[in-house]
Amino acid sequence: MNANRPWWRPDGFAVYAVIYLTFIYLPVLFLPLFSFNKSKYIAFPLKGFTLQWYEKMINTPDLLEALMNSVKVGVAVAVLSTMFGLLAAKAVTRYRIPGQGPVMGFIMVPLVIPGIILAIALLILITQLDIPLSLWTVGFAHMLLCTPFAMLVLISRMEGFDKSLEEAALDLGESAWMTFWRVTFPIVLPGIIASLLLTFTISFDEFVLAFFLTSTDPTLPIYIWSSLRFPTKIPPVLALGATIFVLSFVVVSFAEWIRRRGVKLESSSGI
Amino acid sequence: MSDPIISFQAVSKRFGQVTAVDNTSFDIQRGEFFSLLGPSGCGKTTLLRMVAGFEVPSAGEIMIDGQPMSATPPNHRPVNMVFQNYAIFPHLNVRNNIAFGMRKAGLTRAELDKRIDEALELIKLPGYGSRGADELSGGQRQRVALARALIKQPKVLLLDEPLGALDKKLREQMQIELRQLQQQIGITFLFVTHDQEEALTLSDRIAVMSEGAVMEIASPGQLYESPGSPFVADFIGSMNFFEGEILSSTDSAITVQTSALGTVNVTDSDAQMTAGQKAWVAIRPEKMQPVFSDPGERANTTSGTMGPSAYLGDRSHFYVHLPQREDPVLVALQNLERSMAQLHKPNQPVWLQWASDAVVVLPRD
Repeated sequence: MNANRPWWRPDGFAVYAVIYLTFIYLPVLFLPLFSFNKSKYIAFPLKGFTLQWYEKMINTPDLLEALMNSVKVGVAVAVLSTMFGLLAAKAVTRYRIPGQGPVMGFIMVPLVIPGIILAIALLILITQLDIPLSLWTVGFAHMLLCTPFAMLVLISRMEGFDKSLEEAALDLGESAWMTFWRVTFPIVLPGIIASLLLTFTISFDEFVLAFFLTSTDPTLPIYIWSSLRFPTKIPPVLALGATIFVLSFVVVSFAEWIRRRGVKLESSSGI
Repeated sequence: MSDPIISFQAVSKRFGQVTAVDNTSFDIQRGEFFSLLGPSGCGKTTLLRMVAGFEVPSAGEIMIDGQPMSATPPNHRPVNMVFQNYAIFPHLNVRNNIAFGMRKAGLTRAELDKRIDEALELIKLPGYGSRGADELSGGQRQRVALARALIKQPKVLLLDEPLGALDKKLREQMQIELRQLQQQIGITFLFVTHDQEEALTLSDRIAVMSEGAVMEIASPGQLYESPGSPFVADFIGSMNFFEGEILSSTDSAITVQTSALGTVNVTDSDAQMTAGQKAWVAIRPEKMQPVFSDPGERANTTSGTMGPSAYLGDRSHFYVHLPQREDPVLVALQNLERSMAQLHKPNQPVWLQWASDAVVVLPRD
């Protein structure tokens, strides 16, 4: 970067960066913009400021229920897949397991199978087993999808820290279980939080698996998709979208802050 | 000496096809500063980790204070370890690092605080309790690791090359402090190092290891001045070896015939030799005195010509070519005067003298 260049005469990279950011964020910014627009049609010109869509959002039980379904599934999936991911990451990084390569390969497969294939396969399996479709089946499918992501995040975190820290805790008289809680867990915590956020997000906006595997309880993406057919239902969805956008911005900022703290801790563990 | 704190009884450790420690037996006495010395891969760290409980012997038994340890996990052994990289917990401050192992000690908050303050005092870091792990220098980390282990009052403190990561000046300072600390608290130290100077400086006794076996256990002075085998003589410090054959051997003196040095008289030797036996005559570089004018015909003297030399500040090393010997002889001399110019003239004639009690005789096969 040329520090002497005045801001009103940017170089090519700066122009490129601005265009890039605009393309990414402009469409997203339409969400809050139209959520405050008086007209129920999403079109310019804007008709004036209103909070009525937020009010209507709160007074739409279907929408809130779909949101709650998504949150329930998302939280459960995030916690469980992070737990499995943590156990697997510990096993992979700390012990030598026979057949480790193939086992890891099989666990990672859902990362590369197209979602639609996975969805059809699971639907066939679940109906063959006579298991009724519900949020449980959606959650199960989401766990299949999220566990490899959790593992990837946590393996890299576990590989990053010194095995002798765990030995030191054992040496100082702690059991394996307490060593995990007093040493491993606090050091891996930034990775655990990153994994929780990542898996929750994946589950929260996952469409294909949820669409195939749910019955009468829609998750939020499915509710939104079905609302598109009814123009009157759209503005409250915009209001919800704007709310989620702000919330996720806060959450991601928080996660990034945690991660940086973690990096600082990690860099201090060297000699 | 019949009540050792650690007793290795025919201990072996194999990793797959590799034998790291091979059928090793020896004892470590109470209150000793005991070092395991050897090149990397000689099995010294494996031996230490078996005492700590991180490795399980493939055969044999390790006794700590009379108790067999095979079935005891690391967290129940009366030993504590200072790790090579110190393993300071990065998420805890100095105080909490030191207090880590005291959770089950049954102390009140006030008692624990007092113990931690004492530990900080002991390692000369009072007032550092609230420092984060990332705010410590290498030497300070090392001290915290020491305090964290010592506050547990172990029967044996295990140290895995704890000074390896420090620079030379700091390392020498820490060596003195470690030695003083050990004498002050009287705990047995089991110290692993590949640095022979460090082992000689610190230890009461040293076990020299090679390829999974203990070659010799002796005090630093004994290892250096009367090594028990050509391997140890060669491994500790520098040594000039001369091939020879025993002419005569009595309790007070041995006479050896060598091709390079002629007839060598040896006194004050422990070696049990018989006439006609093949032997090595071994002389340390600093025990050969160079003379630059012909001393005339006398015993324990040989003549040669000056080879290449190296100036090391406090001393000089130079090589002397002997007519009957292919390899030059290494001679070390203190630089007592500032101008030692005469040492550094190649090809000048030089005579080497040595005392008959400075010579080591070892069997040669």
